[in-house]
Amino acid sequence: MSKPYNNTKATLALAKASFRSIMRSPSAVVFTLAFPLVFILVFGFLGGGGVKVDLAIAPGSDLQNPIIKALEEISVVHIIKDKDAADIKTGLEKGHIDALIDVQKNPSGKPAYLADIKYTSASIDKGNILKSVVHNLMYTLNTKDVMPTVAQLNESTVQGRIYRTIDFILPGQLGFSLLSTGVFGTAFVFFSLRQTLVIKRFFATPVRKSSIVFGEGIARIGFALLGAVFIILLGHFFFHFTLINGAVTVLNMLLLSIIGLIVFMGFGFVVSGIAKSESTIPPISNIITLPQFLLSGTFFSIDAFPSWLQPISRALPLTYLNDAMRKVAFEGAGLWDVKHQILIMVIWGIGIYAVAVKVFKWE
Amino acid sequence: MDKPNAIISVKNLVKKYDDFTAVQGISFDVYQNEIFGLLGPNGAGKTTTLEIIETLREKTSGEIIVDGHSVDKDASKIKRIIGVQLQAAGYYPNLNLVELMELFSGLYGVDIKPMEMLEKVNLQDKAKAKYKALSGGQKQRFSIATTLINSPKIIFLDEPTTGLDPQARRNLWDLIIDIRNNGTTVVLTTHYMDEAEQLCDRVAFVERGEIIALDTPDNLIDQLINSGFERKKEVKKANLEDVFINLTGKEWREDN
Repeated sequence: MSKPYNNTKATLALAKASFRSIMRSPSAVVFTLAFPLVFILVFGFLGGGGVKVDLAIAPGSDLQNPIIKALEEISVVHIIKDKDAADIKTGLEKGHIDALIDVQKNPSGKPAYLADIKYTSASIDKGNILKSVVHNLMYTLNTKDVMPTVAQLNESTVQGRIYRTIDFILPGQLGFSLLSTGVFGTAFVFFSLRQTLVIKRFFATPVRKSSIVFGEGIARIGFALLGAVFIILLGHFFFHFTLINGAVTVLNMLLLSIIGLIVFMGFGFVVSGIAKSESTIPPISNIITLPQFLLSGTFFSIDAFPSWLQPISRALPLTYLNDAMRKVAFEGAGLWDVKHQILIMVIWGIGIYAVAVKVFKWE
Repeated sequence: MDKPNAIISVKNLVKKYDDFTAVQGISFDVYQNEIFGLLGPNGAGKTTTLEIIETLREKTSGEIIVDGHSVDKDASKIKRIIGVQLQAAGYYPNLNLVELMELFSGLYGVDIKPMEMLEKVNLQDKAKAKYKALSGGQKQRFSIATTLINSPKIIFLDEPTTGLDPQARRNLWDLIIDIRNNGTTVVLTTHYMDEAEQLCDRVAFVERGEIIALDTPDNLIDQLINSGFERKKEVKKANLEDVFINLTGKEWREDN
């Protein structure tokens, strides 16, 4: 008994216990891994294609002609053959099909073919894209053997980094995963430990309160980082998520994850303190997480939001985590380059922990 | 007779909540290596008194010394030499008994072999089970095992046998007597007078936050008889519980 009490040992014992418990808790695994993975898979498979214009070929149309051949080679155009007239008609009306083309040999000889294109008011945007594609195509076909009389156009594309959908979606999903782990996980754990008198039993041991908080924190951060590594590597190897500087980028992302998670856990502490019963935790947590899920650029760039909404978006901590993650992953920014974003998260952290200290309850 | 050595000494303990006084100036000593029982109806202040001695609750006034340490100044030292079983305490979710034992050994800062601790309470077969999956008696035995991790000088048991069947109760009595025989002082609360009579060296009756009687069970019974008390019905040499035990067997049963 003369041996001095070891707080570190107590903290680590708690961290180990908590980590084991989290790994066996279905809801933690679902929120941290399954949920973001589903979104990443969906967007990973959807993404990369960009815009597609569905162009139906009319039954009875001539198929062996340079126009159809050229259209088939254009990646934006998705040719639909073998549909009967009725299907095409309803497709056009509903906007499932963006346009209809009918090519016929010209019986009078010149020009060799006549192409009729019918657009639909149900899909004006894509119709316009097709219009310009077709005009361009016609110009090229018709001037094949003609020397330009005014000016010759030479086009080329600079070879840049490909910005895929996954490069936008993955950091957002990672941020959201951290947000839900931080808020829901922390709130539920501390509420239930308090409610089931687990914490009271802890207090009958020499353990310090700070050890309980740190032990839980370490476990949750450890778990969330495992999740983050899994998400990043899956995105990288299966969907070509861009990691500019390889391992260094991953490390920077993980450091950002820790900062974000600590801030979000602050929200969790507050929720566990103000929740009156277990069933009030999800609604309160959702009030915190859902707006950030929608407004912090998880799915869409916040530049796309109406201008009155943007200030709200720019006030949320997840916005800055997402922003910093994307800069680090895609642009290869270092942590110092995203200091502005980190600073705002730190300010949120200070604010939320000030509230947490006031409302958090041990018993 | 030697003057026994008091390991816990409570003097004029008062605990007031906002509009109600749970404990009104009680004093008692617990002697080293005895089994001391706090008896009384629900809400009499037994648990409150226990939790104040365990340093889990603040007192309003009074003085408490546990093995030479004051609860005011040396709460952390007291926590290191006591073991506490709470009424209805839970354990960390999703962990099995061995893992919970490891957790508590970390919390107490001692090195123990989880399996040895579980063997002490005959739960070695349940090592990989979750706390939630245990029966009532097993839960109580596990709780008692967690109180023994730091080889405490005193353990506190709050209603350890409430809700248990007769076999499980008797098991637990044997366990508690074993613990005492190994040199640990035991303080417990109970609603069962047969339990107090069998188990406790001394008992204190608590009523409305005051101690109304404190002595050995024998002395208290003798005092009552000397005052002229008689039972309405002649007591038989066995009671219904004896019948129950006789019919269903006394040995440890898998489910208690």
